[in-house]
Amino acid sequence: MTNLFNYIDRPSPIHRLTGATKFLCLLLWSFAAMSTYDTRFLTALAVLSLVLFRVSRIGLRDVKFMLGFTAVFLVINSIFIYLFSPRHGTELYGTCTVILGSGRYALTKEQLFYHLNYFLKYLATIPIVLLFVSTTNPSEFAASLNKLGVKYSVAYSVALALRYIPDVQQEYHEISQAQQARGIEMSKKASVTARLRAASSILIPLILSSMEKIEVVSNAMELRCFGKHKKRTWYMARPFRAADILCMVFCALLVAAAFALNHINGSRFYNPFI
Amino acid sequence: MDEPILEFKHFSFQYNSQSEPTVMDIDFTLRRGEKVLIAGPSGCGKSTLANCINGLIPFSYRGEMTGSVTLGGRETRDLSIFEISRMVGTVLQDSDGQFVGLTVAEDIAFALENDCVEEPELHDRVAAAAKLVDVDTHLSHAPGELSGGHKQRVSLAGVLVDDVDILLFDEPLANLDPATGKQAMELIDRMQKETGAAVIIIEHRLEDVLHRDVDRIVLMREGRIIADQSPDELLSGPLLTETGIREPLYITALKYAGTEITPAMAPHSIRTVVIDETVREKVQHWYRTAPPAPPRDELPELLEVRDVSFAYPGHQALRHISVAIRRGELTAVVGTNGAGKTTFSKVVCGFETQQEGSVFLNGEDMAGLSIKERADHIGYVMQNPNQMISKVQIYDEVALGLRTRGVPEEEIGPRVEDALRVCGLWPFRNWPVSALSFGQKKRVTIASILVLEPELIILDEPTAGQDYRHYTDIMEFLTELNRRGVTICMITHDMHLMLEYARRAVVFSRGEIIADDTGANILTDPDIIARASLKETSLYDLAVKCGIDSPRDFVQRFIDYEREAVRK
Repeated sequence: MTNLFNYIDRPSPIHRLTGATKFLCLLLWSFAAMSTYDTRFLTALAVLSLVLFRVSRIGLRDVKFMLGFTAVFLVINSIFIYLFSPRHGTELYGTCTVILGSGRYALTKEQLFYHLNYFLKYLATIPIVLLFVSTTNPSEFAASLNKLGVKYSVAYSVALALRYIPDVQQEYHEISQAQQARGIEMSKKASVTARLRAASSILIPLILSSMEKIEVVSNAMELRCFGKHKKRTWYMARPFRAADILCMVFCALLVAAAFALNHINGSRFYNPFI
Repeated sequence: MDEPILEFKHFSFQYNSQSEPTVMDIDFTLRRGEKVLIAGPSGCGKSTLANCINGLIPFSYRGEMTGSVTLGGRETRDLSIFEISRMVGTVLQDSDGQFVGLTVAEDIAFALENDCVEEPELHDRVAAAAKLVDVDTHLSHAPGELSGGHKQRVSLAGVLVDDVDILLFDEPLANLDPATGKQAMELIDRMQKETGAAVIIIEHRLEDVLHRDVDRIVLMREGRIIADQSPDELLSGPLLTETGIREPLYITALKYAGTEITPAMAPHSIRTVVIDETVREKVQHWYRTAPPAPPRDELPELLEVRDVSFAYPGHQALRHISVAIRRGELTAVVGTNGAGKTTFSKVVCGFETQQEGSVFLNGEDMAGLSIKERADHIGYVMQNPNQMISKVQIYDEVALGLRTRGVPEEEIGPRVEDALRVCGLWPFRNWPVSALSFGQKKRVTIASILVLEPELIILDEPTAGQDYRHYTDIMEFLTELNRRGVTICMITHDMHLMLEYARRAVVFSRGEIIADDTGANILTDPDIIARASLKETSLYDLAVKCGIDSPRDFVQRFIDYEREAVRK
């Protein structure tokens, strides 16, 4: 079974950063990548993110499901951009260099360049997202969120949700098998409406049994003093180190660089055509 | 020692949603260092009483309290649930559900974290508690990776990090196999001696709890305490059987043999019970004269599993399994968690496909059949009925399988009615499912499978979480179905079930079948017992004590006697 939120424990400098550092860096990094279309900057980010991936010792195989998912999404997205606005590149860069064909769907250098930038944006951000998910221990993340000022009941419910994802997946699987055994067709043979109706016969028992679980776990938490004080300590908490500060400063600088480039270029786009 | 630590006086409690009190007129005192068993059938109020002790009542469940309940001399209603938690450590029944942390260490640390314990004390106290219950080598494991016994140990460590005065166990044996259950009782005993805490155990499995001595047994019925006696006194009186609690098997056997049980015999354990010359005479006489069971006919094979192997990624679950189930049999499949019994049923139902070997039904290979096609012949009933029920009305739930198969509505009616009648649900046919008890829901799920007229029904733990009366109801019902010609296969780790109801038991261990024999033969074979994490039956020890040369035949006699002479 594929687990979307798959913390993979490996010894690496990235694992040693606190969850809050990684979360803030992820936000800053994505913001920097989103705010500019400067090709040189995006290329640098993409190369750097691949290097970081190596440093973290997370293999491509560990994240292949998410990679495949984003690849499909990227391809579909690009096709639609081309279908709906094939001249978007020309409008952006102000020139029109036709390579192939003619008319509305003529392939232009500008459009290709725009698509390249689009692709680079994905390449600059997706590895970082995957890196965050697979190198952040959920409990430690909750602990550091709390340290950043998020209320601990909120932070803890994040950790608890992650704790229960595998259980719910497992249960979904079991219920689905038992319902199929009663003759509910879930495979591609059935029509879409039939499959939607079939899904409800799995979801209702799943929801009911999850409600039971919630009652048990909330009693268990209460019996062990959850909510007694305004603060709590965390077994998995880790102190901020110099490396954490350095990373956050670096990512903040990235944002600054992105804004500076936008200012120098005069727009969000780096234009090699003029 | 004599200082009362918990005291109920004329106590009653009524939930806001109920029209009558769930527990009433409770008078009960627990002294420091005592060990008390609270027993009673389902719905007798013992869990409610537990919630009154640990503070969930009145702090989580609302209702009306009258009378008094004091902890260390203070009324619980004047304390906070947090103060109560410092005095009473609760280990809940569902060890999966009460896991809060992502790892063992975090779960043990939970109460300390909430109490703002700082490093390095936090890590030290977690390590100490883990060592106390022998889980210190599992600290970084996730809860799902642990066995049932280890999960319970972690829960216990989680309350032992605080220095509690009372340890409260809610049905500690419910999810454990027999051997692990035995270890659990030994662990509880050791913890009581090492920490000096008073212990309250809520259970209906009397014989298994009495594996280690308890000071008193409190027997509850319909919300009231009807006995508060020493085990020896209670076992000598009629109250247990009247309440529907199963007495230990050796006591039942002694009674069949015509012996009167007295407190002087120290009947609380098979190790202590005094067997004098007269008793021995009586037991031997009964053994020689009990009627033998009628011989059985050889039946044709229904399901044949031939040399099947199956592996999950990184884990070999079944190794070269070969077994045949005959038409009309009632078979028990036993073994520890992870031994392969559930995987076995999944392969038979087609949920998983074996990598090697074949499964034949009526001599035909089922290889090409889908889950749905197999379901026309083999029905599967899950352990938790709430995982199967998806309709609001009982009738619709039972009709679901027929409707999805496109059976015309005029044919569905009579078939559903038939299934409801067989399952004793006819009086409830117009009720919503939510109004039923757990046992009745179980029947609904069985009816919804039965209506498809399968040749074989596989039930996963049909009696889990049931007290003796409901257990007997369900098993009598399944036996009746079996008499009507339905072949039944039960996955279980209940030894009584395999001993008394199944004609045959197939024992799994580490993905292999290590025995395929009668329950009596299996539960008197020390090698199989050890490998399958079962427990020797006390009938065996009784036979040895009474000088019977073949304990195995004695156990078989006992079962046959129950089937032929007692039941009916």
